[in-house]
Amino acid sequence: MNNFQYKRVSSPIAAITELAKDPAAKLVAGGTNLIDLMKYGVMSPDKLVDVNHLNFNEIVKQDGSLHIGATVRNAVASANADVLKYQPLLSQAMLSGASPQLRNKATMGGNLLQRTRCGYFYDISAPCNKRQPGSGCGAMGGYNRMHAIFGASSSCIAVNPSDMNVALTALDAVILVTGPKGDRKIPISDFHRLPGTHPELDTTLDRKEIITGIVIPDNAFAANTTYIKVRDRASYAFALISVAVAMELEGTTIKDIRLAMGGVAHKPWRLKEAEQMLKGKQASVENFKMAAELAMKGARAYEHNAFKLKLAPNTMIQALKTASGIKA
Amino acid sequence: MIENKTREKEDEGMASNSRRDFLKKSSVITAIALTPVAAVKASDLKLDERLSEAIEQMSLSIEINGQQYNLKVEPRLTLLDLLRERLKLTGTKKGCDQGQCGACTVHVDGVRTNSCLSLAVMNDGAKVTTIEGLANGHELHPMQEAFIKHDGFQCGYCTPGQIMSAVACIHEGHANSETEIREFMSGNICRCGAYANIVNAIREVKAGGKV
Ligand SMILES: Cc1cc2nc3c(=O)[nH]c(=O)nc-3n(C[C@H](O)[C@H](O)[C@H](O)COP(=O)(O)OP(=O)(O)OC[C@H]3O[C@@H](n4cnc5c(N)ncnc54)[C@H](O)[C@@H]3O)c2cc1C
Ligand code: FES
Ligand code: FES
Repeated sequence: MNNFQYKRVSSPIAAITELAKDPAAKLVAGGTNLIDLMKYGVMSPDKLVDVNHLNFNEIVKQDGSLHIGATVRNAVASANADVLKYQPLLSQAMLSGASPQLRNKATMGGNLLQRTRCGYFYDISAPCNKRQPGSGCGAMGGYNRMHAIFGASSSCIAVNPSDMNVALTALDAVILVTGPKGDRKIPISDFHRLPGTHPELDTTLDRKEIITGIVIPDNAFAANTTYIKVRDRASYAFALISVAVAMELEGTTIKDIRLAMGGVAHKPWRLKEAEQMLKGKQASVENFKMAAELAMKGARAYEHNAFKLKLAPNTMIQALKTASGIKA
Repeated sequence: MIENKTREKEDEGMASNSRRDFLKKSSVITAIALTPVAAVKASDLKLDERLSEAIEQMSLSIEINGQQYNLKVEPRLTLLDLLRERLKLTGTKKGCDQGQCGACTVHVDGVRTNSCLSLAVMNDGAKVTTIEGLANGHELHPMQEAFIKHDGFQCGYCTPGQIMSAVACIHEGHANSETEIREFMSGNICRCGAYANIVNAIREVKAGGKV
């Protein structure tokens, strides 16, 4: 690892000032993604600004919505009584990510910004437009088993690896940030980007902005949510496909529903058309199959990930069955 | 981020040598009796790398297995390397050095952590327990006893991490069934495949109620 300066800050202003002053500075929270990437030489900031001493470590229920501070650990948030009671989907998704040790370190802010696990991004001898703009995409004609089936561009087919982000997308979370120009609230659907011609940018966050927290608006989904993650081993592996379902049932009628998929795109993939189709319909396997078909419109596979075209709708149907409690 | 660095610098027309910037600004310069002018000269002579090595040492106060240490460390030193290379506490193992195996698991303020992905300086003021600190003198910790009794290992390389993780797993309340133990021990890979015996060891310690 290249050497760097390390700075502990105790106010958001101080953190922003450090970022503004030094374009090669980076924030560090749990360090579980950034330190890893620095060891590989994928990222080499010349200064790390430690955000762990900012006061962003609370979980508060406020006017119905749940506010989770940016430096709350994933392990803490997933075990929090309010999260479990009001937003169990988030807890379930976080618990399916990484390992207990890593979740003890990983923060909400760091998880939002974790970078892709594409092997070409990690291999500094390989071409990668995300790591080195203009160098090409190694995955496109290379080994692309983990890669995108939605929203990819000719410059990047990487996927966002986070489980937490998929749940937050289904729950319409809002990201709270602050920066030199003041505070902003970014809906999660506008937070992560599609690669387009700038795959080096994962999000719409400005380099000088910091995440202060996440707000999950009140909803009536708690009784009927599920997160299903399909991976190469039973635990401690990134998703091949994951599906988050949050629904509100009235008897067997779907009053409201949110659907998001992971492992399929450069950002957590919201399935709005399928949601629209299911709203007001019966929770039935037949309707779930139709919704899954709709969800897969526009999907496109590469040489090694065609299995996702089948795995994705099947996982979605299973998740819908589980969330609604339908057996058949 | 190499690419962003370049882009930002083009954007903002920043000078590229931030280490030199650092040297110019740093008050530590005076502490080592170099005037800023001399420091800039040193950096022009490419002495800056060596100089900054001397400068960029941070103080770290940390308690490890009940013993207090006041150290100077480079920011890039991981907690794992501090333990193994500096303090010769080699019980904690380096498997992948990437957060993928759990061999480096230690307790930081009672919480299990991958020491390979944690910078030593970020543990200032912390209390760390490693496998060396688990036994009570010559009396092994119940989890250590149980691993021996149940043959919870073959080569033993993953074992210190497994044991530290297993103790935390019980403390967290995540050892109530075989399924739960397997899920909450999934951050510790055993290449020898001693999993069944590891689970038995944990179940016995949990049932014994002493941990
Ligand atoms: C072996 C392994 C397996 C894993 N498996 C999974 C998995 O299955 N599912 C999953 O979802 N994740 C998985 N992860 C990823 C893990 O969840 C992330 O590493 C973690 O969430 C990152 O959080 P952090 O606090 O450690 O971030 P850091 O590494 O500290 O930071 C990550 C990024 O976020 C930025 N950042 C941090 N805090 C802020 C802030 N407040 N404001 C602005 N920017 C900020 C940093 O500058 C950096 O760019 C795995 C990781 C490892 C190492
Ligand atoms: S050495 Fe830390 S997880 Fe493998
Ligand atoms: S005992 Fe050999 S790796 Fe676990």
